[in-house]
Amino acid sequence: MRSQATALRSKDLLGIEPLSPEEISLILDTAEGFREVSERPIKKVPTLRGQLVINLFMEASTRTRVSFEIAEKRLSADTLSFSASGSSVEKGETLIDTAQNLMAMQPDMIVIRHRHPGSPKMLADLLPASIINAGDGAHEHPTQALLDAFTIREKFGRLAGVNVSIIGDIAHSRVVRSNIHLLTKMKANVTLAAPPTLMPAEIEKMGVRVVHSLDEALEGADVVMMLRIQLERQSKTTFPSLREYFNTFGLTPERLRRANDGAIVMHPGPMNRGVEISSDVADGPYSVILEQVTNGVAVRMAVLYLLAGGHLQES
Amino acid sequence: MKMKKRLLDGARLKRTIHRLSVEIVERNKGTENLVITGIRSRGVPIAERIVKHIKETEGVDVPLGILDITLYRDDLTTVAPQPLVKPSHFPCSIDDKIVVLVDDVLYTGRTVRAAFDALIDYGRPRAVQLAALIDRGHRELPIHADYTGQMVPTDRTEVIKVKLQETDGEDEVLLMEK
Repeated sequence: MRSQATALRSKDLLGIEPLSPEEISLILDTAEGFREVSERPIKKVPTLRGQLVINLFMEASTRTRVSFEIAEKRLSADTLSFSASGSSVEKGETLIDTAQNLMAMQPDMIVIRHRHPGSPKMLADLLPASIINAGDGAHEHPTQALLDAFTIREKFGRLAGVNVSIIGDIAHSRVVRSNIHLLTKMKANVTLAAPPTLMPAEIEKMGVRVVHSLDEALEGADVVMMLRIQLERQSKTTFPSLREYFNTFGLTPERLRRANDGAIVMHPGPMNRGVEISSDVADGPYSVILEQVTNGVAVRMAVLYLLAGGHLQES
Repeated sequence: MKMKKRLLDGARLKRTIHRLSVEIVERNKGTENLVITGIRSRGVPIAERIVKHIKETEGVDVPLGILDITLYRDDLTTVAPQPLVKPSHFPCSIDDKIVVLVDDVLYTGRTVRAAFDALIDYGRPRAVQLAALIDRGHRELPIHADYTGQMVPTDRTEVIKVKLQETDGEDEVLLMEK
């Protein structure tokens, strides 16, 4: 697949929804070139030397924050990470005040995770720095969807026509929203499955198929993407017990047999073993969960590089 | 852009690359420890042809390296567009080897400067040499080629267009005017 776009149009990456299919291809093609950097003896290139990237994580994160930090360091950017706890946010400072104070120190990019949807957009409108959304509430998590797509494209050589089934807590997931935008733009077939209490009404309007049993979702799937049951986001009980959830929607090796030959199993992490996925599947031969993590660094390097001014030249 | 002159046609391009191959082997008194390394994008097919010619004349497989210098450029935010980032690749360690960098056009020297930085991230060669198909002058850095296909005095408004079978479907080198 040859990307048509030669640069990203926006200074920010706020979500997948505003991106064109060509821009998505550009990011994925660029990420392929970056994967080699992480395999070298010296895992560093001088591309973003002298640029300051601030990682503003107002919500818990391990994988995403570490992945962004590694991507920034491998590009030689100066990085500074801080979280809500231990900062002036605890003293009652608003996000806008925090951001404006940070901006006074001239960062080139700000990576932000926040529990309120739209916070990255608010900063992007306010500040000249490039803003990268690292997850905003249940809205979007664009770099996760990009690394998922990168992993799928690596396994199947394409995205168009690949059958992707996404199973679990659809209602509270920003990962699924970004993934639906991305996969439908790239012409993959998306099927969702969840208990009715965790399935948003009218989500079919996003161009996806909705089923209500795991077996139905697994039938004919090339990619099985399991979502985490987000216990911290559930204000009321949406299913009787974790054990019942596992019995109804948990992925086991036996149930996985319904999927197509060569199907892969993905999970954005962190996993609840024994809730949405059994350890036999998570650690099994079809699992690409750790490859997703490795690919995450390359994809985030590509996003940082392209937002910093790297463009594609037709040669 | 309009064409001013055809600098090399297919036959002369072929002979020039053959001469570069011979000079590289002669200067290094053989092929021992050589790693021929093409700088993306058009340095790569030229390096491949040099390796092929050495194989034909000397009967030796010289390792072929590929170097992408995009991430080492000094103009990321000042010029557009940039080339797509592609992987570099060496089939062997370059420690204590004689690395011959191959590029199509030597101009300001900034690409070669970036190539030095990229190269030392892969190891510590015993020596680095430079082969350029065309040297068009206007250096901005103290860099010179050890092997030159053709010296072409140019004006800065002119453009050298190297076309290769592998990337452009035909072999020729043109002098163009903007």
